[in-house]
Amino acid sequence: MNYPLIWNIAQSLSLARWKQTLVAAVGVMFSITMFIALLGFMNGLNDLLDSLVLNRTPHVRLFNEIKANKNQPILLDNHYKKYHNFIRSIKPNGKNAQIANSVAIISKLKTDTRVLGISPKMIAQVFFNVGETDVTGVVNGIDVEAEARLFAFGDYVTSGSYIDLKNIPNSIILGKGLADKMLANIGDVVQVTTAKGDRFPLKVVGYFQSGLGEIDKVQSYTSLKTAQKLIGQSNAYVTDIQIKLHDLNMAPSVSKEYAQIFGTDAEDIQTANAQFETGSSLRSLISYAVGITLLIVAGFGIYNILNMLIYEKMDTIAILKATGFAGSDVKKIFITIAISIGILGGCTGLFFGFLLSLLIDNVPFKTAALPTISTYPVNYDLKYYLIGITFSLITTYLAGLFPARKASKIDPVDIIRGK
Amino acid sequence: MLLEAKHINKSFHDPVTVPILKDVSIEIPKGQFTSIVGKSGCGKSTLLYILSTMDTDYEGELWIDGEKLTGKTEAELARVRNEKIGFVFQFHYLLNEFSVLQNVMLPGLKLGKISHQELEHRAIEHLRKLGMDSKALKKANQLSGGEKQRVAIARALINDPLIIMGDEPTGNLDKKNTEVVFDIFRQLSEEYKQSLLIVTHDPNFAERTQQIIEMEDGRVI
Repeated sequence: MNYPLIWNIAQSLSLARWKQTLVAAVGVMFSITMFIALLGFMNGLNDLLDSLVLNRTPHVRLFNEIKANKNQPILLDNHYKKYHNFIRSIKPNGKNAQIANSVAIISKLKTDTRVLGISPKMIAQVFFNVGETDVTGVVNGIDVEAEARLFAFGDYVTSGSYIDLKNIPNSIILGKGLADKMLANIGDVVQVTTAKGDRFPLKVVGYFQSGLGEIDKVQSYTSLKTAQKLIGQSNAYVTDIQIKLHDLNMAPSVSKEYAQIFGTDAEDIQTANAQFETGSSLRSLISYAVGITLLIVAGFGIYNILNMLIYEKMDTIAILKATGFAGSDVKKIFITIAISIGILGGCTGLFFGFLLSLLIDNVPFKTAALPTISTYPVNYDLKYYLIGITFSLITTYLAGLFPARKASKIDPVDIIRGK
Repeated sequence: MLLEAKHINKSFHDPVTVPILKDVSIEIPKGQFTSIVGKSGCGKSTLLYILSTMDTDYEGELWIDGEKLTGKTEAELARVRNEKIGFVFQFHYLLNEFSVLQNVMLPGLKLGKISHQELEHRAIEHLRKLGMDSKALKKANQLSGGEKQRVAIARALINDPLIIMGDEPTGNLDKKNTEVVFDIFRQLSEEYKQSLLIVTHDPNFAERTQQIIEMEDGRVI
């Protein structure tokens, strides 16, 4: 078929009513712009909220839950072990939160190729002594470098330097809320009482803000060594082993495997943060729904304008048919007009969508809850641009198809004789 | 025989069935200037649109250039119109979005048999023959009625059709322009042996053609 000719006629017809064509294209442009900006913004926000929790959560966490032993004596009895036994008032046995044989586990984990990195950790409950009052708190003993590398610890330390935790002995980084409660400035020494009653002075080298206020009011960080010293344990004392994998999706299976090999409890990130996944996917769903609605509205605009064009150009269509253009040629002409509007509006829409994203990206957005960002977050994933242009082509094609079919069925005799 | 219509019957069905053409059979030989005359409503235009392949809702058979056209698909008929038939209408029907030259070239571009350059050359040739070459680059809606009709004739000629059909081509023109258009037709017929089939109600026009088909009440008399 003679495509340059079809193109030429389509162009002349749309230019003859260039204002309407422009309005249709602007409609598509506007919806694509909003689609891109909306999805970019929504997903930027999603990424931010996800990273708030997911980046800081180990993919697999090994720990010991304090609970009663599953193997109670009655289960050793040949007669009763087949029964369903109700056992009351049993207490957890002597097993404590410590991970037994932690050194061997860590060296074994380091040889596993699926593992990106390991950060051992210990958690101790303490009291911070402020004058007459005691404030309850939690001290996390961490491997400072591993924590910074794997879980972006440094990002959340808003004042002071996280590496001081390693370099200065007996130092502590307090949650911002906790520090405010104690009126502790950087360089001050705070008194810490452990659960066993020992008292330690620790020097404040920084504050951190996780973005979750409740956490900042109780949490604090020291180096693993300082924490071990605090509760009088050897340097093998570790309560958590945090593992980051190369592939997040392998976490559930790896977690099961480790629980079996090492005889500890293991929790994967998917289980720990199921609600965040749900939140993210719901937000995405809503933004797609809004974006696609915008496109469909633009599609109706094109449909109307093409219908109007066809009524105005009845004579032209009739004469084209009389001089030898088939119905299919006429259809192609109108679909070409629709698709051209789609491409024109779609591409400028992508461009303006990108500009609008840039604009949003530069709007200042400061909040105490989110220390790591200063402007609104925007995701520039190419995926949204591809979806945008694809949808604009599909909607404009469909919007053009029905008027084009109508035009192709116009009977030239009716028009020519009707005069 | 260039064009043959055998036992054509056609009725309108809205709201009651009214027969328009009753067993019409005509033959038009090559190179002849034929006119169809008759009173308003006698079915002459309806017959022309059937002969032109645009109207397919009829009974009977239509043959052009030894090819049976009855029962062909819409696309095949469009091709036949493009290649073998040239049209001139009462209300000129040029495309206002295009220039005069583009209007003339359009059926040729659709046929796509010769290059764009050659086609343009040929279109200007036809326009010159009809004294319209100076207006080639004007928009179609800037022309007067008589000028438009001359351009329409040039467009009808562009693919060297077997036959040119006209539905009251002079019906909307004043006396002077009617003469101009008639002279063009006669010249085409005499000098180029172009076959022409013109529907008219103007007896003055008809009696100067070589063959007259007279119709009354849907029949040829």
